[in-house]
Amino acid sequence: MESNTVIGLEIHIQLLTDSKIFCNCSTDYIDREPNSHTCPVCLGLPGALPVLNKKVVELALKTALALNCHINRTNIFHRKHYFYPDLPKGYQISQHDQPLAVNGFLEIEMEEPLENKKIRINRIHMEEDAGKLIHLEKDGAAVCSLVDYNRSGIPLLEIVTEPDIQSPQEAIVFLQKLRNIVQYLGVCDGNLESGSMRCDANISIREENSGRLGTKTEIKNMNSFKAIKEALDYEVMRQRKLIEQGDKVSQETRRWDEESGETVFMRSKERAQDYRYFPEPDLLPLTIEQSWIDGIKKNIPELPAERKERFMVDYHLSGYDANRLVEVKPLGDYFEKAAKSYNNYKKLANWILGELLHYLGEENIGMEKSPVSPSALVGLLKLIDQDVISVKIAKNIFEQMFKTGQSAAVLVQNSGFTQISNEKEIDGIIRIVLRDNPETVQDFASGKEKAIHFLVGQVMRHTKGRAQPDMVLNLIKERITEI
Amino acid sequence: MQLNELKAVDYLNMVKSREISVEEVVRDIFQQIDRIEHTLKAYLFINLEEALSEAKKMDRRIKDNDIPPLAGLPVAIKDNICIKGMETTCASRILKGFIPPYDATVTSRIKDAGAIIIGKTNLDEFSMGSTTKNSAFQVTLNPWDINRVPGGSSGGSAVTVASHETLIALGTDTGGSVRVPASFCGIVGIKPTYGRISRYGVISSSSSLDQVGILSKGVKDTAMLMNIISGYDPLDSTSSHISVPDFLLSCTGEGIKDLKFAVPKEFFKQELNIEVKERVADSLNKILKLGGEIEEISLPNLEYALSAYSIIAMAEASSNLAKFDGIQYGLRMEGSGDLEDMYLKTRSEGFGSEVKRRLILGTYFLSSGHYEDYYLKAKKIRNLIRKDFENIFQKYDLIIGPTTPIPPFEIEERIDNQLTMLLADTYTIPVNLAGLPALSINCGFTSKERLPVGLQIIGGPFQEEKMLRVAYNLEQELKEINTVEPNLLF
Repeated sequence: MESNTVIGLEIHIQLLTDSKIFCNCSTDYIDREPNSHTCPVCLGLPGALPVLNKKVVELALKTALALNCHINRTNIFHRKHYFYPDLPKGYQISQHDQPLAVNGFLEIEMEEPLENKKIRINRIHMEEDAGKLIHLEKDGAAVCSLVDYNRSGIPLLEIVTEPDIQSPQEAIVFLQKLRNIVQYLGVCDGNLESGSMRCDANISIREENSGRLGTKTEIKNMNSFKAIKEALDYEVMRQRKLIEQGDKVSQETRRWDEESGETVFMRSKERAQDYRYFPEPDLLPLTIEQSWIDGIKKNIPELPAERKERFMVDYHLSGYDANRLVEVKPLGDYFEKAAKSYNNYKKLANWILGELLHYLGEENIGMEKSPVSPSALVGLLKLIDQDVISVKIAKNIFEQMFKTGQSAAVLVQNSGFTQISNEKEIDGIIRIVLRDNPETVQDFASGKEKAIHFLVGQVMRHTKGRAQPDMVLNLIKERITEI
Repeated sequence: MQLNELKAVDYLNMVKSREISVEEVVRDIFQQIDRIEHTLKAYLFINLEEALSEAKKMDRRIKDNDIPPLAGLPVAIKDNICIKGMETTCASRILKGFIPPYDATVTSRIKDAGAIIIGKTNLDEFSMGSTTKNSAFQVTLNPWDINRVPGGSSGGSAVTVASHETLIALGTDTGGSVRVPASFCGIVGIKPTYGRISRYGVISSSSSLDQVGILSKGVKDTAMLMNIISGYDPLDSTSSHISVPDFLLSCTGEGIKDLKFAVPKEFFKQELNIEVKERVADSLNKILKLGGEIEEISLPNLEYALSAYSIIAMAEASSNLAKFDGIQYGLRMEGSGDLEDMYLKTRSEGFGSEVKRRLILGTYFLSSGHYEDYYLKAKKIRNLIRKDFENIFQKYDLIIGPTTPIPPFEIEERIDNQLTMLLADTYTIPVNLAGLPALSINCGFTSKERLPVGLQIIGGPFQEEKMLRVAYNLEQELKEINTVEPNLLF
């Protein structure tokens, strides 16, 4: 029996506002003292009332427009009821049948097979985040649970896709692109590890012959792209196996367990929870004027896809390089800053995507905090272009720049790494090399062209790379013909 | 005359002219509380020490010519309105020990204006009732007849005013909770337009129906305090931006000759007590005498009001009371250590039976499969009722009729079914559904038992000035009645 994979995603992103969605408390809550960023409203104290933060709507609209959605002009907030200690009011203020936006899409580029594919967005709505439970243990046994409400009331946007995703790899490409967009928009920092971006997935296997959708499971607790890929791969495999064995997939919520590398049963969905949605009477319906939408539309910044095109045209970069540069906004920003004073764009891109990313990755430093500034990198590249140092030495210098924060010029000066451009000096070394390798010289003389590269390499070794290879090659040729 | 018997406006005049001191008045109030509170049980908390020290402070300020608008005015506050640092229980075990870390907007407005809080008053648990019998802590008695209920749910506030245990009080009105006890206790009670007064810090019973109201000894007192607590509050999204007039300007001898009154025939059906009917008729005659024009009208959808109200009020309450889960504040029953068990035990123990009944029904009304049949239909009826009123207010200035169909009933009276318990609220409920302002003023007494009868004046949205003007003119006309006091010698 043939079957194919059907995946739909539910993504929550925390919006980058200064204050929470329904009160004035600061959203700067990570690593703060528990419950220090709270007030009667986000603690859900008796008598407190919510007041909508307009900035939340603005960022939500920005996102919805960038994802090609239809904006609902009348927005209603609903109460979604359930009991849990991190939910102080006994309900979450969310949106239900009149969400902010519906019917959008995001186009992704797949490499294998090479195609552009539209993933439809079902809906986008605004809601509040809940607090966080902290479970205290002593000698491995649970002692008590504490609640930190600092996160309570952080604005969230829930983005729900249609089940258009056909493989775990597609899900990853979609999520990376989505993250990229929200970062470009400045609406979310898109950090899966810290939870500012969270993703749940619904998975089922479609019967190829009948085309019927199989029973779906929902997967939670995936806190990195790696985890998402592994969890989805695992779940697809698990469902396939069940179907092959003639068993049924049961409708349930499963949790990704990073340690065991499996999805684990959490709860059955057969008895669906009744959230008893009803319109939030403490908030008035929100009317979104067309002029507001127009104003936001005008201010939507350049998005990755447009930027990629521009990089290919303006900087003559390959699609591959352009794509990699725009994938992370600060990387593209870095490139553009450097490109203002340096016009060998290909070389610049290579250095950024090569050396710079390598060291940033090694030290786990964000692009914005790179110890080598765009102008410092340009300084280094210019030394290469002026034949002051070789590429090999430049790489060495770059490492030192990264570690010390000093400029290339200073490092080159201090270390005596300047290229030997004095012919006489090199000539002496060449003579020694030719003397010590008579057989190779013979080989070259008798027509083995490649033999000369060994000789050049020997010279470079003697000069510790400070000689200019082209010059060395020419000088060797000269000397050999002299002999 | 004891100073605690003063009306609020007279108090302010005398304090400001330094005829009396704040401390004297506050002491007289506590003396009165001392004398009768053990019988009436109107207060859940008495703020004795703080009130006295505040009184002394205010006297010093007045001496220094620093006189705020409310200049030490003694106010009682219903125990569902938050006061920073003062236990607020909604007369429920589940909130026992809850001390709000913040002031409700109405609280901070009266504090800033220099009022002194005398104490927190009893209510039906979470305002669910019209008797003040449904308090988890005590039953409040009617000062006119201690065998009878004072009405509710703001019964505590009404009784403190009627028996001079304060000069004025704040209550809340969800379906008549200010007007019914005002009527049963023979005083003035106003429920302003929904959105006129901030609900921030008022523990919600039913968010779309609740509104803060005032219980007072006279129309001018009401107008004076309305001036202080009305107006937009950025902390309450449902509060209105409409500007606040000087309501005291409505309390003049301007007369009511220009006003047209509508009397809904639905308010005069068989459930209406004959003596209540007679007293209301007397008032209508007074209005005619004063030059007002009266016509009988019909509000055709009124008969559905009680059902629609019950569904909406209970549905909203089931949601609003979900937060009382034993986690952050108030009562917690530990149970077996299992979270679900803790929730069950806490809520089973914490809520009284009437509250539980309404929460169960409200939860049912909102549950999937029933939402459309109950909540959505109730909302449609609500809109029809609103339209009925709108139509009337296109032709008439005010609607007038009885506040309650019956005078105060006996505490032990058996209530046959749950709907007749809401009977007292029959004429007040439609007003909350439509979000309109209404006021109850005493218009006389039943002949045998000498029980107070209330007249209800209903206005269009934000038409409190007209209501106050009529009430003030009637008050002048009914002066003889209004000087009758309950016999407090028990």
